[in-house]
Amino acid sequence: MSILEVNHLSVSFKQYTAGLKQSHHKVISDLNVNLEAGEILAVVGASGSGKSLLAHAILGILPANASVSGVMTYEGEELTPARQKALRGKEIALVPQSVNYLDPLMKVGKQVRTSVQTGDAVQAQRRVFERFRLGREVERMYPFQLSGGMARRTLLSTAMVSGAKVIIADEPTPGLDPVVIKEALSHFREFANQGCAVMLITHDIESALQIADKIAVFYAGTTVEIAKAEDFAGQGEAIRHPYSKALWRALPQNDFVPITGSQPHPSALPPGCLFAPRCAMATPECLQAQPEMRPLRDGMVRCIHAT
Amino acid sequence: MVTLLVAICFISFLLVKNSPIDPIQAYIGADMLKVSPEQRAKITEYWGLDQPVMMQFYHWGSAVLSGDMGTSMIYRRPVMEVIGERFTNSLALMLSAWVLSGVIGFVMGIIAAMKKGSWIDRLIKWYCFTLASTPTFWMGLLVLIVFAVWLGWFPVGMGVPAGVLAEDVTLLDRIQHLILPALTLSIVGIANVALHTREKLIDVLASDYVLFARARGKQGMVLFWRHGLRNVALPAITLQFAGFSELFGGAVLAEQVFSYPGLGQATVEAGLRGDVPLLLGIVIFTTIFVFVGNLLADISYRVLDPRTREGRKV
Amino acid sequence: MNTMPKKFPLNHKQWALAKIILAALLLALVIIGGLFLDEGRIVTNLTDRNSPPSLEHLFGTDWLGRDMFTRTIMGLTLSIGVGLIGALGSASIAMFLGMAAATMGKRADRLISWCIDLFLSVPHLVTLILIAFTLGGGFKGIVIGLTLTHWPSLARVIRAEVMQIRSADYVQVSRRMGKSRWWIALHHIVPHVIPQFLVGFMLLFPHVILHEAAVTFIGLGLSPHEPAIGIILSESMKYLSSGMWWLAFFPGLCLLIIVRMFDQIGENIRLLTSSDSNRD
Repeated sequence: MSILEVNHLSVSFKQYTAGLKQSHHKVISDLNVNLEAGEILAVVGASGSGKSLLAHAILGILPANASVSGVMTYEGEELTPARQKALRGKEIALVPQSVNYLDPLMKVGKQVRTSVQTGDAVQAQRRVFERFRLGREVERMYPFQLSGGMARRTLLSTAMVSGAKVIIADEPTPGLDPVVIKEALSHFREFANQGCAVMLITHDIESALQIADKIAVFYAGTTVEIAKAEDFAGQGEAIRHPYSKALWRALPQNDFVPITGSQPHPSALPPGCLFAPRCAMATPECLQAQPEMRPLRDGMVRCIHAT
Repeated sequence: MVTLLVAICFISFLLVKNSPIDPIQAYIGADMLKVSPEQRAKITEYWGLDQPVMMQFYHWGSAVLSGDMGTSMIYRRPVMEVIGERFTNSLALMLSAWVLSGVIGFVMGIIAAMKKGSWIDRLIKWYCFTLASTPTFWMGLLVLIVFAVWLGWFPVGMGVPAGVLAEDVTLLDRIQHLILPALTLSIVGIANVALHTREKLIDVLASDYVLFARARGKQGMVLFWRHGLRNVALPAITLQFAGFSELFGGAVLAEQVFSYPGLGQATVEAGLRGDVPLLLGIVIFTTIFVFVGNLLADISYRVLDPRTREGRKV
Repeated sequence: MNTMPKKFPLNHKQWALAKIILAALLLALVIIGGLFLDEGRIVTNLTDRNSPPSLEHLFGTDWLGRDMFTRTIMGLTLSIGVGLIGALGSASIAMFLGMAAATMGKRADRLISWCIDLFLSVPHLVTLILIAFTLGGGFKGIVIGLTLTHWPSLARVIRAEVMQIRSADYVQVSRRMGKSRWWIALHHIVPHVIPQFLVGFMLLFPHVILHEAAVTFIGLGLSPHEPAIGIILSESMKYLSSGMWWLAFFPGLCLLIIVRMFDQIGENIRLLTSSDSNRD
């Protein structure tokens, strides 16, 4: 059984365009993801595809002008706003994007300690700092004094000490050198091996593939494919969706062919399949309606032509 | 700062020297008719009024540097002494108003921001905007009408009860005479801090680190206490220190309304009755006062904000 | 974000415009009223002294039997007049010095910034008293004093604004294309600074009026023969202890309303000229 299930999740924002005119921007539409204990799921997609909002939606910390629909379950029970409130920070932890997510006026050691749920907070914080090779002096530093790598490890520490069963990491790798990336990712692996679940939200398909078990490909606010990491190999024959294929082939070590066109803005989504305007395989049928997610070869795909 | 102070001294000096008010007449007052032209010339010579302005400035300036600001014409005492005594009175008034308006304004700003968009937020905002356009002295008059005339809780004026010897004035008397002017100053002073704190806290509440704190299960008062207060208090404290200039302006008016014997009242007296040495002394003194406020604001930032405090170490 | 009730079919900017027009109308009414009110109502009338507010005398009468409503409106007209001259003068100084600081090189900038610091380091009211003292009080003294004391903060704003525009790409491009300094100033800088100037001018107004009333109140401003609000209030102090609250209450309240009107106009002009209409 999945520890975390997200079904038909849609998130939209109310916005005022001109004067009192209201419009709804659908940033996530009909999204499905499952997270199993002991595995790492990488949610991969270009920036602006609504990935961070997925994390915020799961935790229930979207801004007030957002409206959410769909069903999320945690350990088989529905994740209501009240339950989100009770679980966040305890069972589900977030590893945020940047050092801006730390209070600029509080020492980082103390900030990590406030995440500890049970036991001696100072001990727990020192243990995790030791594990991440953060010296004793770091706990007395303020966020602005941390280097990029240190900040990343500090943010990771806040999730580690919480004892959460699910960790959602939002873009944990940008701006780091390859060695540090590898190290950071190995911490997630370690964490998953302890029986927890990790959702790794990233635009970096390459490093995601190094450690993830499953890949969810994200496009224009929804998942287009869920595949095993092994499927991304060779010429990408095993990949199901044309967008994932294109993404794979755009990598330097593969064909290095860029995808033509650009991702549609949430206010101007095409009527049918969201990828159709950029898809070489598109037929008039694709423009009719958004295809449903369907199982295919031990994975899921949102494309009527995929085989 | 030193160049500024020197320039202020010089400009003020030139200004008062060009005043149409005759210092000798101001000094002698109603007895002017009894003074013969010869006596007049003597006084002029004695004060050095016949010398060029630059010379006069030089004499006055060097006296000030050695700590002698001359003698007040209306109080017939050394300027330093008058300022010292009056300022002590004003300080009690300004300090209580400063603390009171700071605390109340801060709390009001926080309440408004925490309940942003609610009726209480709108009420606080409306109150602050209205207060910002309220003449301080009118507020003083209203306070006077309500508390002293209608309710009769407080005396109508004077720093100390009239007709009582200075030694017999108790601390209680002093406090009683302090409350209304301090209240007036506080009511008017709240607006700035409250609006500023509100803006800041709204920014903080929308920040990434508060979002992350919420993601870690923090909420309500704990969240505010840990992450809000600290980040909002710093700008509020700085703002309060930097507001010494307006505080003194308010004190001038409040003291005038309540006939409170502070430095503000002395300023008005000096201006009205042409007491040049006292006026110059007050200009210098208030400049230093404002400067100290700005300095304190600066220091508080340095002491309280780790980004400026420990920035050097990195 | 929008807190306006839906039943009004106006958007933010239309609302702002409506408020400006409303406030301006009210101000115009006061000015016209002040100019055309019957002088006869403020002659000494010893048969009708010290009467509290009534239908005949809305704001009551004073110890000489003068109608307080008429005195108040006349005082307000005077206040608005003084405020207009003071704010216009101050805003002009601010505009000139702000532009000069931003365009005439480092040395001018440093000098002007120093002047700004100079004026900001003495309490406003003390400077005003000093200047009023020098000029011997009266209308001239107060107007010059007000003009000379209110420009520094606006000058700072304009300086920052001009500096920002100057470093903007399109201005840099114009310069490379060989446009003269004056051409750039006229075509790129002035259009951006005008709204700032207008808003600054309107927001200076309340300060100027309040300071005028304050200085007049303490006796260093307008002469006691003028029907100024400051005079009315300072005279009323003698009679407050005998319970004649209306002498102080209504004139002050009207002054407050007038000041608030100017504030409203200024704020709403800012709302109209800024592209960011989402803020409340």
